[in-house]
Amino acid sequence: MRFLFKTDYAQDIRLAKHGGHVFWYSALLLLLFVAPWLFAEYWLAQLTLVLIYSVAGLGLMLLAGFTGLFSMGHAAFLGVGAYTHAVMTNAGIPFPIAIVCAAGLAAAVGLVVGLPALRVKGIYLGIATLSFGFIVEEVLARWESVTGGNAGIHIAKPNLFGWVLESGTEFYFLCLVITVTATLGILNLLRAPTGRAFVAIRDSEISAQSMGIHLAYYKTLSFAISAALAGVAGALYAHNLQFISPDQFNILQSIDLLLMIVIGGVGSVHGAFLGAIFLIAMPQVIAQVKDFLPATVGQAPGLQGLVYGLVLITFVLFEPMGLYGRWLKIRTYLQMFPFYRKGMFKRQKSFQKSDRLK
Amino acid sequence: MTDILLSAKDLSVRFGGVLAVNRVSFDVQQGEVFTLIGPNGAGKTTVFNLISRIYTPTSGEITYLGPKGRLNLTQQAPQAVASLGIARTFQNIELFEHASVLHNLLIGRHTHRSSSLLQDLFFTSKVREAELKAREKAEEVIDFLDLQHHRDALVAGLPYGVRKVVELARALCTEPRLLLLDEPSSGLNVEETDDMAFWIQDIQHELGVTVLMVEHDMSLVSKVSDRVLAMNQGEMLAMGTPREVQTDPGVVEAYLGSIDDVSSLRRKVNGYVDAPSPGHTRV
Repeated sequence: MRFLFKTDYAQDIRLAKHGGHVFWYSALLLLLFVAPWLFAEYWLAQLTLVLIYSVAGLGLMLLAGFTGLFSMGHAAFLGVGAYTHAVMTNAGIPFPIAIVCAAGLAAAVGLVVGLPALRVKGIYLGIATLSFGFIVEEVLARWESVTGGNAGIHIAKPNLFGWVLESGTEFYFLCLVITVTATLGILNLLRAPTGRAFVAIRDSEISAQSMGIHLAYYKTLSFAISAALAGVAGALYAHNLQFISPDQFNILQSIDLLLMIVIGGVGSVHGAFLGAIFLIAMPQVIAQVKDFLPATVGQAPGLQGLVYGLVLITFVLFEPMGLYGRWLKIRTYLQMFPFYRKGMFKRQKSFQKSDRLK
Repeated sequence: MTDILLSAKDLSVRFGGVLAVNRVSFDVQQGEVFTLIGPNGAGKTTVFNLISRIYTPTSGEITYLGPKGRLNLTQQAPQAVASLGIARTFQNIELFEHASVLHNLLIGRHTHRSSSLLQDLFFTSKVREAELKAREKAEEVIDFLDLQHHRDALVAGLPYGVRKVVELARALCTEPRLLLLDEPSSGLNVEETDDMAFWIQDIQHELGVTVLMVEHDMSLVSKVSDRVLAMNQGEMLAMGTPREVQTDPGVVEAYLGSIDDVSSLRRKVNGYVDAPSPGHTRV
């Protein structure tokens, strides 16, 4: 069991709180760094996809997990980023400029979508963002002169001012750098006043406001940052597939993103990564298990959807804190062995809220 | 007058057909504890919500002596009220449930933030310094209200009495000039209420903060308040020292009903018009 002896306030704002953090996160970074030499090409591609989804997941986690605004149309931001990036890259614009523009445009669109969020909340915000997702998908399909319509467009390899990233390994490192940067940025935000304001809005709008937090500003800001990260992820996604079409950014993609953060654990940065691993690993696991199942079940269409649905229901019922919540419990069990008791993570039901801002 | 911190003049607010607050006027002097009392539905919390700009009055105005001179509070944006030095607590506790006590107090420092979004994103040395400073301020409040024990606890797991104190602590973290307390003793036991009275006096005398509160517990009211305003059904009944207000016939009537009311009740219950015989007990 670890006891933290605190002697300095600075200890509480450090990213790595103790030696264990430093050791394990360094080990993880090292592993990710040597991954291209450890794993076969196929698995490296899967790992790249995990990183890409993690970036999008981080954005959605900031919005849904930390600001409490659920977006059911997040694939739209992914699409805006992907198409902006593809069009600019094909026009010969270097990767860094193109991806910044992709993030910027996605953020601008996020700002526009953030505006209804000031008035509606909960399920109504879900409906508003859902319909926004449909609108974007439709625009991508109809605006043929730019997006190529339903036929989709191919995208050239990433070009960093003349250095063309041809191999999967190079692209993997690009994704790794972007993911680590995005993660550090989000972690910094969350330990600074901006992140605290987001959390305040999530937990009680009325008292956030009476503490001087400008609700409209922080809600739109959260939407913009979240959309920008989705835009970056979209740009990487486009490079990864080398071909994009509107149906990759439909409602199913949005639901995948939402599923990812709910299963990973709403309200934790770790959850975005665990959810991304789940989302990418699950189809593989299903494919492996399929062969052992009777043909009527194993070959049935919609098996993946069924499994996702069951997993989601199971998590919502038994582990609302997701994979990360489960991990916390396991870790506490190990740390406190043999003193862990069953109700340790039980929380009192919250008291009645006084009248909320309508 | 310069020593009036907050002044409400002919304040009225109407929700549809209900006149929740009707032509209420009062002045809060700097450094005093001013209490609003009255039966349920008297409009006390509504007055609070008018001051913290959750509602806008139908008519009347509230002037407030801010850090930069006197201003009309009703023209301020709701989130601007905190930076003018007005902090509040809520009747049913509105804390940030899924954050630690310390985190809650740090959110109370929001109006004192000095960093921009970009600085936050890179967590520059300026942000670091500001964070340490905010922490020191929060620790002062923790010391003041004896919350050391609960510093790192999640609010969602704390008992009601402690939450009440955490909410007071969060309000103090904003370094207010005027503190609005909405029923600080509701849900507290006798001992906790005594602590609350002690802290309110400390806040007034040591921190020099003006307190405006709504309270039902008359022992607490008479212990800490300098002046009391009694309200009933949105209207002012009486204003003065706690003793004066408590003995005011109008206030007694509002709480207990008039003599006529009581006798009419008796007639109904017992079924005869004459006064009941001594020693008669209601069945």
